[in-house]
Amino acid sequence: MAIAVASTLVFFGALAFLVTRSPGWDRFKAYFFDWSLYRESFPEIAEAFLINVKIFLIAEAVVLVTALGLAVLRSLPGPVFVPVRALAIVYTDLFRGVPTILVILMLGVGMPALQLEGVPDSEIFWATVSLVLVYTAYVSEVYRAGIESVHPSQDAAARSLGLSRFQSLRHVVLPQAVRRVIPPLLNDFIGLQKDTALVSVLGVVEVLNQAGINEAADFNGTHYLVAATLFVAITIPLARFTDWLIARDRRRRQAGGVTT
Amino acid sequence: MSTSALAIEGLHKSFGKLDVLRGIDLELAEHEVVCLIGASGSGKSTLLRCINLLEPIDAGRIVLHGDDITAARVNVDRVRSGIGIVFQAFNLFPHMSVLENVTLGPRKALRLGKKEATGRATELLGRFGLADKRDEYPDRLSGGQQQRVAIVRALAMRPGLLLLDEVTSALDPELVAEVLEVVRELAAEGMTMLIATHEMSFARDVAHRVCFLDAGVILEQGSPEQIFGAPREPRTQQFLQRIVDAGRL
Repeated sequence: MAIAVASTLVFFGALAFLVTRSPGWDRFKAYFFDWSLYRESFPEIAEAFLINVKIFLIAEAVVLVTALGLAVLRSLPGPVFVPVRALAIVYTDLFRGVPTILVILMLGVGMPALQLEGVPDSEIFWATVSLVLVYTAYVSEVYRAGIESVHPSQDAAARSLGLSRFQSLRHVVLPQAVRRVIPPLLNDFIGLQKDTALVSVLGVVEVLNQAGINEAADFNGTHYLVAATLFVAITIPLARFTDWLIARDRRRRQAGGVTT
Repeated sequence: MSTSALAIEGLHKSFGKLDVLRGIDLELAEHEVVCLIGASGSGKSTLLRCINLLEPIDAGRIVLHGDDITAARVNVDRVRSGIGIVFQAFNLFPHMSVLENVTLGPRKALRLGKKEATGRATELLGRFGLADKRDEYPDRLSGGQQQRVAIVRALAMRPGLLLLDEVTSALDPELVAEVLEVVRELAAEGMTMLIATHEMSFARDVAHRVCFLDAGVILEQGSPEQIFGAPREPRTQQFLQRIVDAGRL
């Protein structure tokens, strides 16, 4: 313990010393760490961040469901479902392969340009759809790994009780699969949260564009620092909450060891 | 003539090029307890899995209480809900409490109400000394307790036939007895059972009939006294001699 503390202090002390002694440090500090500007800029950028929050909250809720659906389709056994599985594979390959920013540009610019009756022309709408399409592909692979990690004997036990294929999936396979993939699921959701900044390419004044506008007004990068802290302020508590959920589930199932 | 509980005729099953079952004929009367013995790989487990329709068969038929369950357009789920199977590795659902494990089948497959399913489960758990475990998770139970829960889970469906697949093979020696005791009790109550086992002394005193499986066929069958006391086939004699040499009989 004492060694850990000492080595940590020495390491970060040396690092701080080196960085602050660098020739450009004063300019760097003035550009990024202007605390009065930080406080002044925070409310405005935080308000713009609400657009990002809205986008990722909606996208995450939708992706949780669509990705699970896609993973289940891809896990359907037997020759009858070959076309379904093939479609699911094509979808995943396509949307994992194309850069997210391109999907956002194509849908966000293209769909409103069609001027179709009944098709929304809001950039935020199409940006959210793009993120859902891309992240459904990623997250479905996470779910699929979880489904495949549940031993076939679990399904056999459920089916032997007379449960249908769907009932076995619903009550036995998926609950175990989902528990196992919560950490990688969270990983993808953090990625999704950060990728909401890509919506800026459509000209929506969300957190990144707002920070950029402010930066252009007084040539100070502290506005970007505000944006960065807003993202981190969301993801870190979420990560700790997930850790806590996983630990609680494990405790509930195994605490106390073997009782006889 | 009353219909038998189970009738298997000319059952064949292969996995790729491997012929595991090569023409099985077997009949079980109601309330009869039949033990399947034989070396590992002789097809005991596969036979049980075929009867429960967990494995599709290649040829032959399986008739359960007069109904051909291997015919086309049979409701597989309904057939399975009438046959209990207990596995060597328990296969309890780790994310569910003991009570949830036992009530899942009655609630989802038999569509019983929560109250009725819970009542049924509580009664069975009580009967087999597991009443105080109903809210535990399987990982917190000993192997013997887990296997008893697995048996209770099968019994909660009120099956007309119970299949036991090496139910003590994954247990520590000191836990075997508590599980076999449960099976003895079921036999005494008249449960129709087909039991694949390596426990020869258990087979000798619980079985009405013993079948020796060898290379995918029932090579010899008879009363426990005949099979264990005076086996006719040389292969049966060899198998039993190996068991005796291993100190297991």
